[in-house]
Amino acid sequence: MSLRDAAFESMLQRRQLRGMIFEAIAFLAILIGLLTLALLFYDIITSGVERLSWDFLTSFPSRRASRAGILSALAGSVFLVSLMSIFAFPIGIGAAIYLEEYAPRGWLTDLIQVNIANLAGVPSIIYGLLGLGIFARLAEPITGGRTLLAGALTMALLVMPVVIIAAREAIRSVPSEIRLAALGLGATRWQMIRGHVLPYALPGILTGTILAISRALGETAPLITLGALTYVPFVPDGLRSQFTVLPIQIFNWVTRPQEAFHTNAAAAIIVLLAILLSMNALAIYLRYRFEKRLMK
Amino acid sequence: MATRSAERVITGDEAVRAALRRKAGRNIPELIIRWILLACSLISILTTVGIVGVLVFESAAFFSEVPLGDFLLDTQWTPLFADKRFGIWPLVVGTLMTSTIAIAVALPLGLLSAIYLSEYASPRLRSTIKPILEVLAGIPTVVYGFFALLFVTPLLERVIPNLATFNAISPGIVMGIMILPMVASLSEDALHAVPVGLRYGAFALGGTKFEVSTRIVVPAALSGIAASFILAISRAVGETMIVAIAAGQRPVLTFDPREPIQTMTAYIVQVSLGDVPAGSLAYRTIFAVAMLLFLMTLVLNIASYFIVRRFREVYE
Repeated sequence: MSLRDAAFESMLQRRQLRGMIFEAIAFLAILIGLLTLALLFYDIITSGVERLSWDFLTSFPSRRASRAGILSALAGSVFLVSLMSIFAFPIGIGAAIYLEEYAPRGWLTDLIQVNIANLAGVPSIIYGLLGLGIFARLAEPITGGRTLLAGALTMALLVMPVVIIAAREAIRSVPSEIRLAALGLGATRWQMIRGHVLPYALPGILTGTILAISRALGETAPLITLGALTYVPFVPDGLRSQFTVLPIQIFNWVTRPQEAFHTNAAAAIIVLLAILLSMNALAIYLRYRFEKRLMK
Repeated sequence: MATRSAERVITGDEAVRAALRRKAGRNIPELIIRWILLACSLISILTTVGIVGVLVFESAAFFSEVPLGDFLLDTQWTPLFADKRFGIWPLVVGTLMTSTIAIAVALPLGLLSAIYLSEYASPRLRSTIKPILEVLAGIPTVVYGFFALLFVTPLLERVIPNLATFNAISPGIVMGIMILPMVASLSEDALHAVPVGLRYGAFALGGTKFEVSTRIVVPAALSGIAASFILAISRAVGETMIVAIAAGQRPVLTFDPREPIQTMTAYIVQVSLGDVPAGSLAYRTIFAVAMLLFLMTLVLNIASYFIVRRFREVYE
């Protein structure tokens, strides 16, 4: 009897060949994603970079493509996101603390959890209708209608699940020895949370808030439904000011037939992506530092 | 002596009482904080109540004027024309068409990427590729819309004859690329959670890497993978800007993906951009459409939530 079985060997070769083909196909699948990303950046940079200039950043929109700029959109985006942060982060982090540190097991906690998971999956355009119905119409005496304040409140609700989920994960990763040590020294629950849990979880929470901000910076649909304007030749001057944001300006330019406006759109996209990518890089850096600290 | 010890008892008593008072003083703020934090988490419930309230309120007003039968059975959608028809099917079919194309792109590519990242890639390659995929997931949808209309459509026009400038194929493909990272990342988590002992067992029985990956690891992670697929479908159905930019504004019942169509979300955008007075019937249509959209995504999201929950119980 031979130690080598020809039938088995040839079958093994075929099986290994099949495995190699599969590995190549799977690698190709990843490559397609990466390649599309590269193509997208290439396309946008080549069509927009010539239009980028200081004037483009500091001019108001105009009927003539060559004179139009993104000042009001850029300012609107910054104001909207800052205002949104004031609402979304304390409430979101507060909810995360409650769910991780206080919530008893029971139907209410279950309901809140299922609810947050579901809210994270509600299409953003539906939040726009919520904002339109509640903040722009029902609360019009306070918000003044389709204003910066109404937009910021809508966006705050939209990013809240992102903030809560990220903050919960960060709080959960705090070792329980830290909590026990604080309690053992006589701290109350809140003293323990404020003095020990939150500082430890802070980088993780920050990562979540940055992701929430970048999500909000890129959102278009809810603000269109809310009724943010597409032509705003001024910088918002208060909570009840009308406003536009960068993605809406881009959308407006993309949907025009003239090619010159498409170039403007590409240039505005470069600005938007530059902001988002630097925020992403910051989030990745923070997470990296966080993970390193946890490993110690 | 006696007086001294009495004094000591009294002072001791005082100290304990003072300590208890301090503790009580600490506890009232504690209680307030607890209620504030509970209120924070209840805002999420209020959000859902708000969404459902607004949608139900405005849809009810819509259905008091348009019979539900017309909405569900008519095949024409012309609420903005003089001859108004309110059949939802053109929008639903448009939505399903772009979503189906997106899913046909995202599911196979996403699952293959996940298998590669979890089973084949070296830790270094994995830690390089994952952040890049996250960038792909973080690109605003309006940017993908630009890419679909001004790059992918002209490219496809060379390959596909009779392709209209606005069509379902191009935004469908781009949407697939957009949700690919989500499928890849969630499926990869599921594959990663499969106990390594299962792999060792299969290798010990003589399986090749391909056989172990596809016949042992993937089936073991199936519920997590299924949950990621369902979430991807939900994302595709609710996606707005790509289709609003690149798919067109023509709500006509067609199954030809080369033609301009309109999705449910794109219709809402179209009406929101126009000058439709609040309280009019045309204004209320967007809430009725949104209600249907909300119900569709709700069913998908809840399904995936419970699948994930079951899956977690198995492995933790």
